[in-house]
Amino acid sequence: MPDLRLSIISIIVAIAALGLVFELLRRRRLREKYAAIWIVIAVGTVVVAVFPQILQGVADLVGIRTPSNLLFFGSLIVLFAVSLQLSREVGLLEEQSRRLAEEVGTLTMRVDALEKPPDD
Amino acid sequence: MTAEDVHAPVLRRIDPAELLVVLPALNEQDSVGRVVREVRAAQPEATVLVVDDGSTDATAERAASAGALVMRLPFNLGVGGAMRAGYRYGHDRGFAAVVQVDADGQHDAAEIEQLLAVPDADVVIGSRFAGRGEYAVRGPRRWAMRLLSRTLSGIVGTAVTDPTSGFRLVHRRAVALFAEHYPEEYLGDTVEALVVAHRAGLTIRQVPVAMRVRSCGRASTDPVRSAVYLLRVVVAVGLAMVRRAPR
Repeated sequence: MPDLRLSIISIIVAIAALGLVFELLRRRRLREKYAAIWIVIAVGTVVVAVFPQILQGVADLVGIRTPSNLLFFGSLIVLFAVSLQLSREVGLLEEQSRRLAEEVGTLTMRVDALEKPPDD
Repeated sequence: MTAEDVHAPVLRRIDPAELLVVLPALNEQDSVGRVVREVRAAQPEATVLVVDDGSTDATAERAASAGALVMRLPFNLGVGGAMRAGYRYGHDRGFAAVVQVDADGQHDAAEIEQLLAVPDADVVIGSRFAGRGEYAVRGPRRWAMRLLSRTLSGIVGTAVTDPTSGFRLVHRRAVALFAEHYPEEYLGDTVEALVVAHRAGLTIRQVPVAMRVRSCGRASTDPVRSAVYLLRVVVAVGLAMVRRAPR
C-alpha cells in the first residue's frame, strides 16, 4: 500500500482540480464542450487517489510492472489529445478571424464610399 | 473536378473595364503611389484596388490619392489573406479577371498586356525565369527555387519556372475558386494556390516577363535563411500534395 501521506496529498490535489473545473463552469468561463473532458479527468484522478488498487489492477492487466508508469502513460495520452484539440480549435479561430478581417476591410471600403460626399 | 470543366471553352479577350488590378501592400508608402499611377497609365479602364495589409505608414493615403480604391485590413493577414480579400471583392463585383501586381514596383505594369494575351488559361503566371529580363538568384535559394519549380511543374503538368512569382492574372472561374479557397500560409499563396487551381481542373500557363530591380529591399542570400526557405518550400509542396481538395 502506498504511504498514507501520499494518498492524502493526491486526494487533496484531485479534489482541488475538480473544484476548479466546477467553479470555472459555474462562472461561465469554461464552455461545456471542454468541461466534459476536464470533469472526467478530475473525477478519475480523485477515484485513483482514493483507491490506488485500481491503478495496480489495471497495470497488472496490461502488463505494466510499476503502476505509476501507467499513470504517466495515461496522462501523456490525455495531455496530447487535449493539446491537439486546442491546436485545432486555434486554427479554426484564426481562420474565422481572418475571414472577419477580410469582411471588415470590404465593408469599411463600402461604408467610406457611401459616406463620401458626391464629387459632382 | 470534372472532365467537362477541363475542356470548357475559356472566355478570351477581356473587356478592360472588367479587369481588377489588386496590389497587396504592407508599408509600401514610398512606391505604392508610383505603382498605382503606372498601372492606371497602362490599363486606364481597369479598376485598381490596393489591399492595405495593416500598414502603419501612409500606404493607404498615398494609394488613394494616386487614384486607387483602398481596402484597409484591420490587421496584418499576409499576402495570402490580402489576396483572398482582393479575389473576394473581384468575385462579388463580377470582374472577369484579377491581376495581382506587387506594390513594391518590381513588376512592370506594361507587362499586364502580356498576361492578358495568353489564350485558354485560367491562371497566367508572369515568370521571371522564362527567358526575358535579367533577374537571377544564386546559391541555395536558387536550388530551392529549382526544386520547387521542377516538382510543381510535375504536379500541375505544365512548365512553371517561377512558381513564387507574385505577378499573375486570374480569370473568372479561378477568381471564384480563390475567393473561397486561397491558401494564406507562407508560400501557400503562390505555391499551394497553383496546386489548388490544378486540382479544380483549371488551366495554368506562364508567360515570360521582364522584372525590375526592387526599388527597396533585397532578396536574401544568407545560407541559413536559404536553408530555412528550402525547408519551407518542401513543407509547402508536401502539404499541398496531401491536403484534401476544397469541396
